[in-house]
Amino acid sequence: MSTLHTVNKSPFEKNSLADCLGYAKEGSAVLMYEDGVYGAMKGNAVAEKVAAASGVKFYALGPDLKARGISEEKLAEGIEVVDYAGFVNLAVENDKVSAWV
Amino acid sequence: MSETIKKFMYLNRRAPYGTIYAWESLEVVLIGAAFDQDVSLAFIGDGVYQLLEGQDTSESGMKNFSTTYKALGDYDVTKLYVEKESLEERGLTLDDLMPLTWEDEDDDWAEKDSIRLVSRDELADVLDDQDIVYSF
Repeated sequence: MSTLHTVNKSPFEKNSLADCLGYAKEGSAVLMYEDGVYGAMKGNAVAEKVAAASGVKFYALGPDLKARGISEEKLAEGIEVVDYAGFVNLAVENDKVSAWV
Repeated sequence: MSETIKKFMYLNRRAPYGTIYAWESLEVVLIGAAFDQDVSLAFIGDGVYQLLEGQDTSESGMKNFSTTYKALGDYDVTKLYVEKESLEERGLTLDDLMPLTWEDEDDDWAEKDSIRLVSRDELADVLDDQDIVYSF
């Protein structure tokens, strides 16, 4: 069973990302969107936690990154940018969606 | 009637777009600026994200209000404090922020930086010196 985890809160304001990382199993996907995209930036205080999640694939929603001024070079390694259609595809490809609101 | 000028501080603590706080703060700042008071803004925590350069909301259907920060100087809002510790925690430096300036009419309209990088301790002193602090 593969799960798509979604995170839409800033990792500095809520513990949604930390909780999600604690439960995301190998083979699952994590999509960051809205204020959750700040968790995809390199060099910040949560970057190490994200990098340490083994076997988890990370995605970030492009339009939300763009709105917040987060260009590709500001992203941590291993983050794949998707558009709205990509969001839908992830929801379809995985068996279920777990929203860490 | 004597005019009393008070020190107003708008403390911005949240990221833009995800919630309405950042935008609402700007609205109140612009209203307050019309009353010729001593206005300052501070950006701490996720509030520093409000000033990130290159915001582009064209694909997400939201209003890009980041350009409003650049207009603050024209409203005599020239003191924008940014907390160093908050930038560092987020892997950011001043170079990641929008350049914000104002023109000093008492100094032959010289262009001056509005952003003042301060430590948490320094900002605590600035806050202590205010008459009114609004937190957003």
